[in-house]
Amino acid sequence: MEDLLREYLPIVVFIALALVIGLVLLVSPFLLAFKKPDAEKLSAYECGFNAFDDARMKFDVRFYLVSILFIIFDLEVAFLFPWAITFGDLGWFGFWSMMAFLGVLTIGFVYEWKKGALEWD
Amino acid sequence: MTSVPLPVLMPALPEILLAVGAMVLLMIGAFLGEKSTSTITGLAIALLVFVLGLLVVAPPYGTTFGGSFVLDSFARFIKILSVGGSAIAIAMSIGFARAEKFDRFELPILMVLATVGMGIIVSARDMIALYMGVELMSLALYVIAAFNRDNLRSTEAGLKYFVLGALSSGMLLYGASLIYGFTGHVGFAGIAASIKANGAGVGFVFGLVFVLAGLSFKISAVPFHMWTPDVYEGAPTPITAFFAAAPKVAAMGMFLRIVVDGFGPATAQWQQVVVFIAIASMTLGAFAGIGQKNIKRLMAYSSIANMGFALVGLAAGTAKGVEGVILFMTIYLAMTLGAFAVILSLRRKEGMVEDMSELAGLSRTHPAVAWSLAILLFSLIGIPPLAGFYGKFAVFGAAVEQKLWTLAILGIITSAIGAYYYLRLIKIMFFDQPVAAFEPMPMEQKVVLTGSVAFVLLFVVFGNPLIEASARAAKSLF
Repeated sequence: MEDLLREYLPIVVFIALALVIGLVLLVSPFLLAFKKPDAEKLSAYECGFNAFDDARMKFDVRFYLVSILFIIFDLEVAFLFPWAITFGDLGWFGFWSMMAFLGVLTIGFVYEWKKGALEWD
Repeated sequence: MTSVPLPVLMPALPEILLAVGAMVLLMIGAFLGEKSTSTITGLAIALLVFVLGLLVVAPPYGTTFGGSFVLDSFARFIKILSVGGSAIAIAMSIGFARAEKFDRFELPILMVLATVGMGIIVSARDMIALYMGVELMSLALYVIAAFNRDNLRSTEAGLKYFVLGALSSGMLLYGASLIYGFTGHVGFAGIAASIKANGAGVGFVFGLVFVLAGLSFKISAVPFHMWTPDVYEGAPTPITAFFAAAPKVAAMGMFLRIVVDGFGPATAQWQQVVVFIAIASMTLGAFAGIGQKNIKRLMAYSSIANMGFALVGLAAGTAKGVEGVILFMTIYLAMTLGAFAVILSLRRKEGMVEDMSELAGLSRTHPAVAWSLAILLFSLIGIPPLAGFYGKFAVFGAAVEQKLWTLAILGIITSAIGAYYYLRLIKIMFFDQPVAAFEPMPMEQKVVLTGSVAFVLLFVVFGNPLIEASARAAKSLF
């Protein structure tokens, strides 16, 4: 049991470090940073959403499109990581499988580009 | 280093060709823009016809991808039907899409991609490949249901289909995970071996029921039929024709393969489920069709009833029964495409009509169309010597052979009840006062209708090779 738990020690260290770094970054501006608020600085970011508002609001459907397109390529990377690590064992089968996958994605990417889905206006 | 060898790709050649072809077409469309629509439609049909020819001549057979994909004569037969059905549906959509102004080049490409999915589901020999095929097919179908996106009913149909389809995929996956948990296999052969060795436990049966529920959604069998009438009515008519034809046949093929190949040793367990679904589908299809006024809704209930009839053959659980189902689906495909060719031609200057009463006096305004539709309707009722009779005879015969008397008798009774709405349509066409004439029928629909009527009429003479082919296909499954 001891040994089993010990295997998880790096994860505990990792979580602790992440917590500390996150908290430090959050807290330190309150103590250290120079503060001089004005109306522009306190207004919403450029995306146009108020930071605290009703969740049931209308928003531009283009955000939705962009986020969906983002998800596709985000997932692609999620597939690439395990593939890259086991690449040596997979050999040519693994290589061509991934090439086929990337090829299909590229076709989709060219299509969305040509259709103008990536242009904001 | 233990390198995984490259798999043999020949058994999957039809799907690979279709997938690569669809992507090439997509690139042509993306670079040439909307003006390439008719070129792409033509190329898509040519691609499907080429693959159809390949499926007919190729000596297929063999398993690949570690046993999860097979091209046996069963898969080949169903693929020929679904590829052919898709090609005809694309051809029938040309004129309609242009008239209704949704002739975008994505439509034929999505239909080709759906056909790739159909090819995968009839060839899949494990749950993962099956699920992948189902999703590939369904996602393309959801999109084309909503293809006329400026039309409220079309988008509603697409959304309904998507939500219910996602639910059914969830059920399928849940069932597959239970089956994997209780048998330790995702491959059909492994599942069958495990049931044979350990018997079908409660956990497995639980998973089995979920998988069958998910599959019933795809073939629109009661009690999972709710999407069918709305989607059929809301989707643009040529797309409804597509839905009623190729995906139904492919989904039925997948149903046959999974219960026979994967759950074969648990026949007693799935048989009760299939018997229930068959009775419920036949009854609901027969009774709910009576009150319909919209001809597309009527076709939806007709297809629900026909799925019930097909499942009667499956309920027998024998090679004879599977042969009956294959034959029935072949004939159903021919009749449905013909009937939709007529529905697609119901166009006046103001636009399409879908109301059954608009068919009044069709025998005087368009006698050839009226007679053709009458022949198809008589065939759907199952009047000998038309093809529809032989389809029903094959499935009921298989059920009787297995002493499933109740099922066969209920099938014949509901068949007689269902005859009412087909006959009413014939009465409207031949005995009611004519309304206004329709626009002349486009060429491609004339060809499809002629082919379909010829098939239905001449089956009695030339049907034997087809019966033998379906027997061979059924044998390869057992």
